[in-house]
Amino acid sequence: MKEVPITELAKVIRSKNSGPYELTLDIIFKDQEGYRLAMQSNIINEDTIANLYKINKEQIINIVPFPQALAIKATIVRTRSSGALGETDVYGAQQHAPLLKLKVPYYEK
Amino acid sequence: MDNYRVLSPTAILGYGFPKESFYEGLKRDPDIIAVDAGSTDPGPYYLGAGVSFTDGNAVKRDLEIIIGGALEHQIPVLIGTAGGCGANSHLQWNLNIIKHLAKEKNWNFKIAVISSELDKDYLLQQLEKGKIVPLHPAPELTPSDILTSTNIVAQMGVEPLIKALNDGAQVVLAGRCYDPAVFAADAIRKGYDPGLAIHMGKILECGAIAAEPGSGSDSALGTLVNDGFIVEPLNPKRRCTVTSVAAHTLYEKTNPLELPGPGGVLSLAETQFHKHSDTAVKVSGSKFIPTDKYYVKLEGAKKVGYRTISIAGCRDPIMISQIDNIINEVRKTVADNFSSQGYEYNLQFHVYGKNGVMGPLEPTPECGHELGIIIDAVAQNQDIANTICSFARSTMLHFGYPGRIATAGNLAFPYSPSDFKAGEVYEFSLYHLLEVEDQLKLFPVKILEV
Repeated sequence: MKEVPITELAKVIRSKNSGPYELTLDIIFKDQEGYRLAMQSNIINEDTIANLYKINKEQIINIVPFPQALAIKATIVRTRSSGALGETDVYGAQQHAPLLKLKVPYYEK
Repeated sequence: MDNYRVLSPTAILGYGFPKESFYEGLKRDPDIIAVDAGSTDPGPYYLGAGVSFTDGNAVKRDLEIIIGGALEHQIPVLIGTAGGCGANSHLQWNLNIIKHLAKEKNWNFKIAVISSELDKDYLLQQLEKGKIVPLHPAPELTPSDILTSTNIVAQMGVEPLIKALNDGAQVVLAGRCYDPAVFAADAIRKGYDPGLAIHMGKILECGAIAAEPGSGSDSALGTLVNDGFIVEPLNPKRRCTVTSVAAHTLYEKTNPLELPGPGGVLSLAETQFHKHSDTAVKVSGSKFIPTDKYYVKLEGAKKVGYRTISIAGCRDPIMISQIDNIINEVRKTVADNFSSQGYEYNLQFHVYGKNGVMGPLEPTPECGHELGIIIDAVAQNQDIANTICSFARSTMLHFGYPGRIATAGNLAFPYSPSDFKAGEVYEFSLYHLLEVEDQLKLFPVKILEV
């Protein structure tokens, strides 16, 4: 089995608020093949998100593939509502970085 | 049915756009011009304080071109979420800008002003009746949340906007709107499919962000056709691709397959994206599924205090290696020093170079060779916030940590004065759903002549 960095397969990896209480993480792949490898390896799962963000699985709202956009989306509960005391990122736009380290395993054909 | 065209000049009124793009849009003979003016993205301050996050001069610049073009071509303009958040003060602020413009330009037209701010007594009654439900993961609502909020607005759907157009408004200035509503209202009024009209609105509300390269400060055109809609940028530097448009559909949303809004859910499970031309994408299959009960989303913010901050840097590796302990000790010293005063305050240390951006979500909280530290004090009044920030700053500056060699001071301040009063601080207090029977009662439409 081999591994390919997710940054080689993805065109967009981003985070953003989806409303003041949620943070949503989008991974959009460059092509059908990258999307297929990611889906087949099931790399974006509850364990991955919980480990990367040091959160409980209960804080994960959903993980949804959107094949039309070659995308996988994960949405988690915000640590605090946007702008509340202790806030570090009002727009939630810089919470994507842990995803950049993911590697997608695959079997050579 | 004939093709129906919507011109979206920019992602947020006041974000600007090249005139050439807008005029190119006008050449395509649009049925309406619609623009979204707001968002909860900039955080709770703007809703709570009742001020705009966009600048008045920038909003005026955009409106001069938009309304000027609309008057010349005799097409309606719809502005959603006026003033950034849609409370009465935001609406009035935006209306004043339009009145000034009309006076300067000698314009005369009918304007519909739609209020979206809700009365607290009404909301307390609705809470009592069980008509308000939390939108997960927002907490349960209490009467105190309603009473302590400075501004509470509800997101209107298309119905009040349709009434304004039926009343013959040239410009519709709406309070808090479901973002796609101003783009979809007239098309739905004219009998176009709501699923397609709303999905098109969802893409157009961000201007040319769904293009490549994307931009929130540029124009886009949407065209409803028989079996779908077409989106395209109006600047030859950009093009819409299947990926750029499909990817935009999931932007800022919890679930790309189901986008809830006033009165129903936009279902994208069967949506298809196709290349239409080198710059345009055709979308089909999006469906609007009405819910049994009509819900609108409520947004509110309350004041939680006043803020003072101090910004500093640290370059001493001995101090950096102990930063967590030092912060804890500084906290204790501050608490101890004012224990008899009974001050209520919140003291935070943002440590850039360690976990300043991600806080508790940071998987690798390792320190860099230098740290940026923001001391952030929030208290019930500005004086106490100043006191706490000042004391935390001086304590940290001279703190004698174990192994300290640099005895002149622990912090590098880029500014004098080192402390800044940041003023009022707000938090979101409402993010709930309200069941309504009559949208027109909730969002009254007032027609004025300017």
